Amino acid sequence: MSVADREFIIQVEGLRKSFDARCVLDEIDLGVPRGSLFTVLGPSGAGKSVFLKCLANILHPDAGRISFDGRQLTAADSALRTEFRKRCSFLFQSNALFDSLTALENVALPLEQTTNLGLREIRERSMEALHQLEMDDFHERYPGQLSGGMQKRLALARAIVTQPELVLFDEPTAGLDPIRRNAVFTMIAKYQRQFHFTALVVTHDVPEALVASDRVALLNHGKICFEGTPAEFSASVQPVVCGFRDSAESLSNSIDAIRQKNFTM
Amino acid sequence: MLHLIGTQSLQIISGFGDFAVFTGRSLSSVAHSRRLGHRVIRAVYEQGTVCLPVILIVGIFTGLVLGLQGYHVLSRFGSQGLLGALVSLSLVREMAPVLAALMLVGQAGSALAAELGMQRNTEQIVALETMGVSSHGYLVSPRLIASLLTFPAQTALFVVVGLWGGALSGSLLLGVDSGVYWSSVEHAVEFRDLRECFMKALIFGLLSMSICAWQGFHADRSRTATGARGVSAATTRAVVYSSIIVLIADYIITSFFV
Repeated sequence: MSVADREFIIQVEGLRKSFDARCVLDEIDLGVPRGSLFTVLGPSGAGKSVFLKCLANILHPDAGRISFDGRQLTAADSALRTEFRKRCSFLFQSNALFDSLTALENVALPLEQTTNLGLREIRERSMEALHQLEMDDFHERYPGQLSGGMQKRLALARAIVTQPELVLFDEPTAGLDPIRRNAVFTMIAKYQRQFHFTALVVTHDVPEALVASDRVALLNHGKICFEGTPAEFSASVQPVVCGFRDSAESLSNSIDAIRQKNFTM
Repeated sequence: MLHLIGTQSLQIISGFGDFAVFTGRSLSSVAHSRRLGHRVIRAVYEQGTVCLPVILIVGIFTGLVLGLQGYHVLSRFGSQGLLGALVSLSLVREMAPVLAALMLVGQAGSALAAELGMQRNTEQIVALETMGVSSHGYLVSPRLIASLLTFPAQTALFVVVGLWGGALSGSLLLGVDSGVYWSSVEHAVEFRDLRECFMKALIFGLLSMSICAWQGFHADRSRTATGARGVSAATTRAVVYSSIIVLIADYIITSFFV
């Protein structure tokens, strides 16, 4: 294992994915440093979710190499795939909570099904995860009885209860207002530091991502156009970066202006 | 035209193959599934207790109608004393396994297809896979095991209730001696009739619940109907395919294995 392999918890080389004739990911090369909060930015339809689903093995890439902890993930190596699933969690855009299970049962599910822990220990660990996300008072509620923000926290509790090393976040702030977007990113950053997992987030929310992330990358038209620190992203003069950053800022300013106008009316 | 026939034929063959793989994977997942008992009990409740009123109502009325029709046919030959045999053999050999299966498909099967379809739509099934949990083992296997328990039990109940229905219309309303009726039942039904009845119930249960689960599990495959319409279409297909398969399987079992 090389130094670079040890540095990156997950590394992608030459990743390609097409749907029919449309190329969504085109020769993606990216390494996610261990213990970092890494955000992949990009406009809607850029292929961010497809990229994340290829990493999680929900979609199968057409070509390329994905390495986890220095070992290549292949379809044939089921043992490594199983190990990857144990050490990695996925937070869906829709949260994907089980609506027929209570909050506690949702969190306990991965422990019940993938470990040999006793029922008492599973309950204790699940309650602990809910407590850490300030959800312990709601453990008997069903997901449908919780607010959007609480559902997000519940999904995060389920994702971290198995103590994963890598958590993949698919558009965690999609459909949320600016205040809630900020709160979700703050929550991800807080728990990422508290539980020391590596977080890989895909989003199109630039301001929140730049504040919370250790590193960012820009995915546009299926290619990684930029990779660096948030400061480097802010200072970049690359046309594609400037274009995306300015359009995001312009949209944000327009929304603020509309809000202020509404308040003063 | 030839191209269309060829494409349709290939789709049907591919569908059968896909269904066989799905059922095989769901049954083999039983071995690796953890804490299966709790989920089997829940599935037995859904297929058994919840469907009980329907089975009781359909069973009693089937018996009542069989008693009435049988009495009028047999009275032409002066053989009213054989009413118990007619009702019991009709119920045990055909009516109970087929009608109970169709009722269970309509209630438990459609619910299963709709539930799995919604879980597919809201990414709950994909979420299980990303957790390293077998979605077949967690969601489908308990339902298939439960069908092997509930279908024979519900069929047996259907027979009992149907026999009482036949006795009600035959003895109470039409004046056939109650002792003659039950004695005729006792002499007519043999062990091989009961074996046929339960063999049919087991096969119908496994086939119909597998089809319903298969349709719901892959509710997202249709390119023409997605989302809620996709779930609705999958549920309709589940009920229609299951009902047809139950009748085809009934004919095959009766023709070749009985």
